[in-house]
Amino acid sequence: MLVYALRRILVAIPTLLALIAITFVLMYAAPGTPFTTEKALPPEIMANLNAKYGLADPLLVQLGRYIWCSACCFDFGPSYFYKDQSVADIIRQGFPVTLTYGVYAFLLASVAGIALGLAAAVRQNTWLDYLAVGVSIGAQVLPNFVMAPILVLIFTVWLGWLPGGGWNGGQWENIVMPVIALATSFMASIARLTRSSMLEVLNANFVRTARAKGLPERTVIFRHALRPALLPIISYLGPTFVAMITGSVVIDVIFSTGGIGMFMVNAAFNRDYPVIMASTVLTGALTILFSLLADIAYAWIDPKIRY
Amino acid sequence: MALVINKGAAASLKEVSGRSLWADARIRFFKNKAAVASLIVLVLIGLFAAFGQHFAAWSNEEINWAVIGSVETLGRPSFESGHFFGADPLGRDLYARTVQGTRVSLMVGLIGAGVAVLVGTLYGATAGYFGGRIDDIMMRIVDILIAVPYMFVLSVVLVMFGQSLVMLFIGIGLISWLEMARIVRAQTLSIKNKEFVEAAQATGVSTPRIILRHIVPNLLGVVAVYATLLVPNMIIFESFVSFLGLGVQEPSTSWGALIAEGADQMLYGTLWQLGYPLFFFVITLFSFFFIGDGLRDALDPKDR
Repeated sequence: MLVYALRRILVAIPTLLALIAITFVLMYAAPGTPFTTEKALPPEIMANLNAKYGLADPLLVQLGRYIWCSACCFDFGPSYFYKDQSVADIIRQGFPVTLTYGVYAFLLASVAGIALGLAAAVRQNTWLDYLAVGVSIGAQVLPNFVMAPILVLIFTVWLGWLPGGGWNGGQWENIVMPVIALATSFMASIARLTRSSMLEVLNANFVRTARAKGLPERTVIFRHALRPALLPIISYLGPTFVAMITGSVVIDVIFSTGGIGMFMVNAAFNRDYPVIMASTVLTGALTILFSLLADIAYAWIDPKIRY
Repeated sequence: MALVINKGAAASLKEVSGRSLWADARIRFFKNKAAVASLIVLVLIGLFAAFGQHFAAWSNEEINWAVIGSVETLGRPSFESGHFFGADPLGRDLYARTVQGTRVSLMVGLIGAGVAVLVGTLYGATAGYFGGRIDDIMMRIVDILIAVPYMFVLSVVLVMFGQSLVMLFIGIGLISWLEMARIVRAQTLSIKNKEFVEAAQATGVSTPRIILRHIVPNLLGVVAVYATLLVPNMIIFESFVSFLGLGVQEPSTSWGALIAEGADQMLYGTLWQLGYPLFFFVITLFSFFFIGDGLRDALDPKDR
């Protein structure tokens, strides 16, 4: 178990390094420099600027420095667009906001999704099952960028219950809609996954044995069936969390919550390469971290798995 | 089904033509009412995308100067004005634009799925068939590429090479095949030790031919199911990118771009701008998901 975890960590590190290298080379190859302006700058000034930001060094030196600085000191360099801010400042400012509603949405999606799927599987082919399946199919075609405007239309424009945007230090009125918009489609996927894997487990022999020896239904479901049924969901939760961070871009744009997503979109429009790179590397690192955690959790929960 | 030992009965059975796996699957698929209904809806949407512009009173680039400034009243959906779906704040006909957006979105979905089928199947089948070191390296590459947040890759590509429809297709093609490669590889691992593969190896069939003629045809069920489910995901992905303004550029459009415009205008009482594109988006996704589910039930007897 420990050996397995260590080996997975050892594999994860070169993956992350390769990811950083690929992104960096892509950026390096991108045409134009951040200092390209309407008016051509004199060559001496260009040379000075390049020297100041270290852009005159060979590619490998730049790459090495980037990896060293970003990994050790969380230093992603200065933003090219927001002149007075470093990329690390921007991340520090936006990430807590994203994380706040991201974690709520993640909890809502997984708890509600598992509960819905569980209810549907236990009461298969009853109205509860049809309702749950209907809800989860309906929610699947409502990705966050569709859900968000619909929520604003209903709760802000028609009913006037909730503010249509802003963060306001994280008041609950401002959090409700971003969380629901972000969570809906993931909740649907988790519910579908839970239902099908629970159905499979409920038909397994050991569940029949548990029932045959007269255990109460509650014990059969929660003690015997639930744990193996949750295995596929655990490996789905890792990518889900990362997809939510990516999805937060839409939330930030629609609700003006001021999370990191807004900076990412603006960076893409403004050719703010360091910010795009930092968000790519951060999200990639999160992806790797979560798939690592999922794999280890998997091996821990299911002792049958040998790698 | 009927295990016949009696010789006379066996002779009479010969005249009954056998049902192939595919014929069986077709029968199962057409018993699924939701899937068949979805298929019909999808055909209608395809016809709408292909021929819809012939029924439009306005082209997608014409501007109806009369409605600008009073879109909320004059730009309502109506048959008299020729704006079946209403007009947008720039006086353009929403019906024509919805036809155009439907085309782009469907094309994105189909191209994404097509690339996934071609590249993903071959890549996954090759990795799975060879196994060992080659498999390790090939799948490690996929692992790394999957860890790259595709949203940003696409925005980088679009920023670097300019935002055009072709770049959007390339970007989506780059991403779509990864998951397919994983699924196909896993499936290949499970069939590569079967007797028919061994027979092909024993009779000296070349390796590329074994992969193409013996492995790949046996994967088609899984590939078909996954490709159908991939189409809506690619449509969602493109709409997501276009919603943010990084995807298709004016005067071209897609469902995502139209939904974004509609969401912007929703406070001004022109709800048809959100409603019509959203309607097409939602029913198309529904149809693809139902057809994918139907195909899975039809092709994967284990799940029945």
